[in-house]
Amino acid sequence: MAEVASRKPLLSKQDRKLVSDPLNDNNPITVQVLGVCSALAVTSNLANSIVMAVAVILVTAAANITISSIRNFIPTRVRMIVQLVVIAALVIAVREALQAFAFPVYKELAVYVGLIITNCIVMGRLEAFAMANRPFPALLDGIGNGLGYGVILIAVGFFRELFGAGKLLGYEVIPSAVYDFGYTDNGIMILPIASIFLIGIFIWVQRSFNKDLIDIS
Amino acid sequence: MKLIRNFLDRIEPDKKSSPFLHTLWDGFDTFLYAPALVTKNGVHIRDGMDLKRTMIHVVLAMQLAFIAGVVNIGHQHYTAFGMYGGAFQGIGWKFAYGLLQMLPLIIVVHVVGLGIEFFFAAKKGHSIEEGFLVSAFLIPMIMPPDVPLWMVAIATAFAVIVAKEAFGGTGMNILNIALTARVFVFFAYPSEISGEICWISYDYNVLHSLLGIKAHTVDYLANLPNGGVAFDSMFDEAGQFMANSSVLIDGWSGATPLGLAANGGWSAVQEASYTIIDPVTNKAEVFQQYSTTNLLLGVMPGSIGEMNKLAVIAGALILAVSGIGSWRIMLSMVLGAVAVAILMNILGETLYPNQDHFIKVPWYYQLFMGSFLFAMAFMATDPVTASGTDLGKLFYGFGIGAVGMVVRVLNPAYPEGWMLAILFMNVFAPLIDYFVLQSNIKRREARVQVQ
Repeated sequence: MAEVASRKPLLSKQDRKLVSDPLNDNNPITVQVLGVCSALAVTSNLANSIVMAVAVILVTAAANITISSIRNFIPTRVRMIVQLVVIAALVIAVREALQAFAFPVYKELAVYVGLIITNCIVMGRLEAFAMANRPFPALLDGIGNGLGYGVILIAVGFFRELFGAGKLLGYEVIPSAVYDFGYTDNGIMILPIASIFLIGIFIWVQRSFNKDLIDIS
Repeated sequence: MKLIRNFLDRIEPDKKSSPFLHTLWDGFDTFLYAPALVTKNGVHIRDGMDLKRTMIHVVLAMQLAFIAGVVNIGHQHYTAFGMYGGAFQGIGWKFAYGLLQMLPLIIVVHVVGLGIEFFFAAKKGHSIEEGFLVSAFLIPMIMPPDVPLWMVAIATAFAVIVAKEAFGGTGMNILNIALTARVFVFFAYPSEISGEICWISYDYNVLHSLLGIKAHTVDYLANLPNGGVAFDSMFDEAGQFMANSSVLIDGWSGATPLGLAANGGWSAVQEASYTIIDPVTNKAEVFQQYSTTNLLLGVMPGSIGEMNKLAVIAGALILAVSGIGSWRIMLSMVLGAVAVAILMNILGETLYPNQDHFIKVPWYYQLFMGSFLFAMAFMATDPVTASGTDLGKLFYGFGIGAVGMVVRVLNPAYPEGWMLAILFMNVFAPLIDYFVLQSNIKRREARVQVQ
């Protein structure tokens, strides 16, 4: 037992916090309220949300590790431009990959994949974390924030597709007997405003359970 | 009296151990008795007009419109079946049918809405606030009579949770709650509330078996001069009424006057007519569907509460005279709507000189079509969501009138605009108040002599 205890774990407590923090206490969407624009635009069905979530996770992780490894060579004055170049290159890579392997999804997401470059989460993590930390923690931070974004995106996409179209990932989920009984799909869920309501409700629910987030003012 | 008091005191649940029960008990107790609480510190001026009494006034003012609306549901229903063509024929049956359609709506809205209210009140440790009583009465009145109950339940839950409780409960909401419920149905289930079809309740309810309408209608439709095709299709081969037959809507033109005007201009509204054949004498009688009398009395398809304009005007007067609804908002809303409508008329003459178009509907008819008066009396005057300052109220009302008329006439998608206009101006109300206050501060500052 002593051996196990003395062996250095792959992820220290601090490292684990880097991944877990953005999932709840410091979620990019529900706490920092970043990246909401794409959360409204691409979540009309679950498949698009998942693709977008994966794309953002890849971009944040790769951008974080890249910037972090060259952080000592970047002149402070032009750091924003350098960051943008890195993100742009990664976004183009993701776009090409999508075009090659998932063209139907790409057709629906085209603009929004390109707009990952303007996603505040990516730029925010580079500025706030990657510029001041070593590559490995930066990688974890990128993955964590991408995950925090992705979780909300997938949850919104789940509810919107379920109630807006009665489907999940394109498969009919709500049995047709329910429709015969008079049930109708909810038209609001197809509109982007549904994401606003859903994200608002998520924030409400999260704050009512997470005591750390309740601000006493 | 003592008996009830003693009984209530005996059953009072413990507040700590069962907050929900205590909230329920408290709500019922203050419903029967004035609370004995007095203000402990500071100077306060108390009026007998508390929240509960204010709300009840609004509900009372709505009653005439409610009764008229209930009769109208029955009227639309029976004329669709080819019976009781005149506005006052068979009024008792019409009332009974309307009530049977209306009561489930009211009950569902109250159960869902008050349930959520009670839950949040218990959770927050408040006593129950009475604000929902008015909303709960308004929501059924602005729904189509044939709206499915589950939709009303979801819409009510959405409105109470998102528009009200999320903002802090009674008195804190930014948007009108009843209108939020309607806007939810409007966008989520547009086919239910489009204004073109579906405004007539064609449900086959208990009353039909009591009246034996089926037998009467089958025989009688067979003798219709046009062969009764549309009506026949409501019955299957065995002559059984097919409940919820949507075929009926195709047979019976259920477009609201606004729906007609949006497509065919004013002449389409005036030409709309229906034929009723007297079952005894077999004489056909043609009724003009939207005569001025019908528009005033509200014997036409539409939402439940808005139909009878005279009843709505009576309600508006009650509110204005008792000071609960602001006469400033009502007046300026009429002015705003009239101003824009006259502008539209002038514009219409130049744009479409030889064509019949919605834009050319005479402005005085615009006021009596659709839900303008109802929106003015009961929706725009909601004190919580309207502007608070007197000057601000004038701007607020004028804005609703103008925006609503623009949406109604110029927007091709929605035949009615007051719901959207009021929600729009609700959002602007605090801004209007801010500017009114700022201008007041500036005006008074200018008076101060700098020494």
